[in-house]
Amino acid sequence: MASLKEVKSRITSVISTQQITKAMRMVAASKLRRSQEKMQQIRPYARKLNTIVSNLTASIGSDNDNDWYATKRTENKILVVVITSDRGLCGAFNSTVLKAAVKLVQEKYPTQFNKGNVTILPFGKRSMEYFSKRKYVCQDSYWGIFGQMTFENVSKAGNYIIDTFKQGGFDKVEIVYNEFKNVATQVLKIDQFLPLAVEASSVSNAPDYIFEPNAEELLAGLIPQLLNVQLYRSVLESNAAEHAARMTAMDKASENAGELLKELKLLYNRSRQAAITKEILEIVGGAEALKSA
Amino acid sequence: MQLEILTPEKKIFEGDVTIVTFPGANGSFQVMDNHAPLISLLQQGTVEYKGKDGAKKINILGGLVEVLKNKVIVLATGVAA
Repeated sequence: MASLKEVKSRITSVISTQQITKAMRMVAASKLRRSQEKMQQIRPYARKLNTIVSNLTASIGSDNDNDWYATKRTENKILVVVITSDRGLCGAFNSTVLKAAVKLVQEKYPTQFNKGNVTILPFGKRSMEYFSKRKYVCQDSYWGIFGQMTFENVSKAGNYIIDTFKQGGFDKVEIVYNEFKNVATQVLKIDQFLPLAVEASSVSNAPDYIFEPNAEELLAGLIPQLLNVQLYRSVLESNAAEHAARMTAMDKASENAGELLKELKLLYNRSRQAAITKEILEIVGGAEALKSA
Repeated sequence: MQLEILTPEKKIFEGDVTIVTFPGANGSFQVMDNHAPLISLLQQGTVEYKGKDGAKKINILGGLVEVLKNKVIVLATGVAA
């Protein structure tokens, strides 16, 4: 049986670990609330932008030569945006995304990958480290967006993607990230970012707008904005999902620490009992020996 | 008429106004009550509006505006401090 002192020191260490995991859970919970608020802020903006764009596409019609963003090309050069977190200790959050990204590249784009035409654009320290250590072409100028998660910063990365796509640097762009479904569930998502699938609104009673400058130019100006909003949204989703995942993981960890503590306390009491019994036996034995002498 | 100014990060303003001036892509223009439906690109510049508590100015970094049925919605890329 383990010595009393040993068990006691283990108990103290488990208690302090539990305190840390509990604190981390609280921090994750408050961060989750903040990023959920951010997600709600962008919603009216995104919705309005979407209706305007679909109104526009409906009034222009499908045949214009300005739609570089919607035309499907031969998929020679692929960009995969992988969104993870900066920090660990959030359960399977990062590994699910990384595994899915690797699987996507290996199953969908093996020929492009072998030619070195698959580029990875990591968001978050975890995916940056993962892909830069392996044999992937890595565009790692934008991994640090979670340090300052503003629309402006995300747009910088977004504009880079859009410009390169426009010039033919990429033929297809996909995003791999965790979507925030609720506090307990994150759903892995793989979205096609470019070429964009524009849904022309079927509503025929769209109001007769005056367009300034003209509809085509307007649309050309709006598409990058729309894409940036979409990217920003994915980043926010992933961020909220990260905090939710960390919250659940830390909750679980505190619970496990509690269980461990219970077992250790039982062990402690048992060995204490054994020590006392042993002492009494020794005293009685000693007294017995004195008597018979 | 109702004016709403949104950025992806927050709502900047919402309220009743009588006249708004926008930095349009083709030059500045004004919108008053009962304006025809309009969608316009905006460049970097100042949005000026007159409401109950006087005139106000907001510097935006570009964006777009939609005018429909006395409701004006500005989708700004960002706001300059």
